Amino acid sequence: MVVTAIPDAGAARPEAPAIELSGISKAFGPVQANRGISLIVPRGTIHGIVGENGAGKSTLMSILYGFYRPDSGTIRVNGRETAIADSQAAIRAGIGMVFQHFKLVPNFSVLENVILGAEDGALLRPSLSRARAELKRLAAEYRLQVDPDAVVDDLSVGHRQRVEILKALYRQADILILDEPTGVLTPAEADHLFRILRGLRDQGKTVILITHKLREIMEITDNVSVMRRGEMAGTVRTAATSPAELAELMVGRKVLLRVDKAPARPGPPVLELSGLRMVDAGGVERLRGIDLTVRAGEIVGIAGVSGNGQTQLMEILGGYPEPGATVTGTARLRGAPLPLTGTDASARRRAGIGNIPEDRQGEGLVMDFAAWENSVLGHHRDAGSRSGPLMDNAAIRSRAADQMQRFDVRPPDPGLAARNFSGGNQQKIVVAREIEQNPALLLVGQPTRGVDIGAIEFIHRRLIELRDAGAAILLVSVELDEIMALSDRIAVMFDGRIMGERDPQASTAGELGLMMAGASG
Amino acid sequence: MTRPPRWADVVLTPLISLALAFALSALVILAIGESPWLALRTMVTGALGSSYGWGYTLYYATNFIFTGLAVAVAYHASLFNIGGEGQATMGGLGVALVALALPWPHWGLALPAAVVGAALFGAAWALVPAWLQAKRGSHIVITTIMFNFIAAAVLNYVLVNVMRPVGSMDPASARFPEGTRLPRLTDMAAGIGIEWGKATPANITFLIALAACALVWVLIWRTPLGYEIRAFGRSERAARYAGISPVRITVVAMLISGGLAGLMAINNVMGEAGRLVLNHVEGAGFIGIAVALMGRNHPFGILLAALLFGFLYQGGGELALWTSIPRELIVVIQALVILFTGALDNMVRMLIAPLFGRRA
Repeated sequence: MVVTAIPDAGAARPEAPAIELSGISKAFGPVQANRGISLIVPRGTIHGIVGENGAGKSTLMSILYGFYRPDSGTIRVNGRETAIADSQAAIRAGIGMVFQHFKLVPNFSVLENVILGAEDGALLRPSLSRARAELKRLAAEYRLQVDPDAVVDDLSVGHRQRVEILKALYRQADILILDEPTGVLTPAEADHLFRILRGLRDQGKTVILITHKLREIMEITDNVSVMRRGEMAGTVRTAATSPAELAELMVGRKVLLRVDKAPARPGPPVLELSGLRMVDAGGVERLRGIDLTVRAGEIVGIAGVSGNGQTQLMEILGGYPEPGATVTGTARLRGAPLPLTGTDASARRRAGIGNIPEDRQGEGLVMDFAAWENSVLGHHRDAGSRSGPLMDNAAIRSRAADQMQRFDVRPPDPGLAARNFSGGNQQKIVVAREIEQNPALLLVGQPTRGVDIGAIEFIHRRLIELRDAGAAILLVSVELDEIMALSDRIAVMFDGRIMGERDPQASTAGELGLMMAGASG
Repeated sequence: MTRPPRWADVVLTPLISLALAFALSALVILAIGESPWLALRTMVTGALGSSYGWGYTLYYATNFIFTGLAVAVAYHASLFNIGGEGQATMGGLGVALVALALPWPHWGLALPAAVVGAALFGAAWALVPAWLQAKRGSHIVITTIMFNFIAAAVLNYVLVNVMRPVGSMDPASARFPEGTRLPRLTDMAAGIGIEWGKATPANITFLIALAACALVWVLIWRTPLGYEIRAFGRSERAARYAGISPVRITVVAMLISGGLAGLMAINNVMGEAGRLVLNHVEGAGFIGIAVALMGRNHPFGILLAALLFGFLYQGGGELALWTSIPRELIVVIQALVILFTGALDNMVRMLIAPLFGRRA
């Protein structure tokens, strides 16, 4: 146990760092999530924390916000040793947190959400009017304009995030922790967020930013701390480092930020779509005539801002369009007609379509199932999963253990429930399951969303291998970098239509961005 | 949250919960001016102290095993079937129709036919709520409750207007033919030279209930259908992604659940009464919810919980018979057992977790 802090009952010293952690350790059962972490965050700076999934970033921030108690170590806030027993204590110490998944009441107004849990008194009216004045002041001071009377449900994701920030500021947070704040934002919203964060810093607030995206770290932070496998791998000044150096610190080795791949050798068409239309249960036309071909041995990437029909396209191809939807058009798989309606996902699998879904936690995995049970999800009736009328659990389990070794799932314990794996390792379980079926066509939705760099590289390499083995891959991602790095052909989707196809070698991000915004190409 | 090791969670938590429930019951008995010690002794002797007591305990337990399993199977599909009462009521109708249809020569023929009748009628009674849930989203809790009332009314009508023998003033069916009489556990014990359980209604259905426990375990944890039921119960979207039809699983799980509830009628209608009477289920359908809750929806846990509730039923009857403690008190004790073992077990778990150190 490392306890280096000297008891210090003195008042806050103005020159003291906003946050000073020393020797923080935290274990969950056999898993050491944080080990002897020390961290100094100077006041009035934006401090980035990066690390792979499962590196312990979220645990550390949860300790700082009072969700967990450390097994050992000390926390100093503004130089004063502080025991943070719960989130109330964190708020009293001036720490505010903006979660990746917002904690807002959707049918409350902005104002009501802001005072929720901070009402002063039995009657709401005085609290509300005080909050209204305060919000006005904060909005002016930090350029955080939000209509206080708007209902949260009607707000865009970017505005909801502003409400979260306002909530923290209203509680007089001096130190603001943001967990993966740009994961849900459009690029323009992200830019706006960064302007807000700079404004907060210039007003003397301290911002801690947890992210996967090195580009964001480089763009906005003053200092950056890198975590690796529960330990602090190092803290550097952002100006004095490079993405490559950070990436190396994160994984402990050089990583390929670019995907090395041979040129595609496309074979015959595997998937041919023509005139694919879909009208959802509410009567909204989500797909307006998609024509698309994916050949054997190539990766076709669909670029686009999320919500332009990509999800619907993948669900239809996966065999589970949303209930009540009307689907028309024709599809062929390896030359044979592929029925678009009256089918289900298991028929698609039998036809040779694999599916790595966008939402691995909601769709790709049953979170309460053990890894081995998840390793046959969708294939649980296949011959290999059964012995007679029963499931061959022993065989499934040993196959899963083997798969987890080969796909570097950590920890390689098939008995562990899916929810106990980090995001990247959850994704590896899904990827392993779908790739090992040797599909003729693999649907891939957001393969690396919320996945750490090491796992991204691994998953990309596996996809390329599958392509080189002759599979057709249809990739949907909102990460333009990923689309450009992986695809052999890029189709840009906007408002339910394909705006055009591009060769990734011969096009620029700017050009694709224009098409993603609706300019036809 | 720290969690105690698995063995402690499975064994110690329910035992401590039970002890707490009994301790609180003792205080209630003290408060009404009676002796808890006497009450406990009367219950234990009455339910477990003789083969006669055991016979009744096992008879009640058999009912609760079926209704508990029924709740558990639906629960794994994330469906809360509180229609066990009605499904068992209709199961009784199925049993009676089968038993009265033919002059059965031997119980060995009548029993399989009655099993089919009971399961079919119970399952059919679950089908409509299942269909409404699957296709229209009508909440199964509401519809199964309503179907309990309809089942009671149907039974009333059928007994009064259709099945009542001419000239009888009793709203009950005719007596079943002699060839449908199931062997009692007494007879079976006598067959191997043991005198056991004289004059008790415990019968061969108890063995069927044990077999049902084993079959449900196999179904849930060893078959592809069980896998689909559990997958659907934990994540409907993941089930759809996997090609598991929500409609199919909802209907199938409810059919199995209703069939299990219906099977209870083999025990009480065919094994005990020998005819169909009004309100023959006597609340066992609802006890099944508590049994499944306490048994953690696992067949083995359900077996143990059903035995406990069988003990409480039989012991409670004895209590009313031999002491001046009112019969209603047994309902209080049952409620406390349900409260502690079902609803408050997290509290107990948190209390015992520190005993096992900060392993987590």
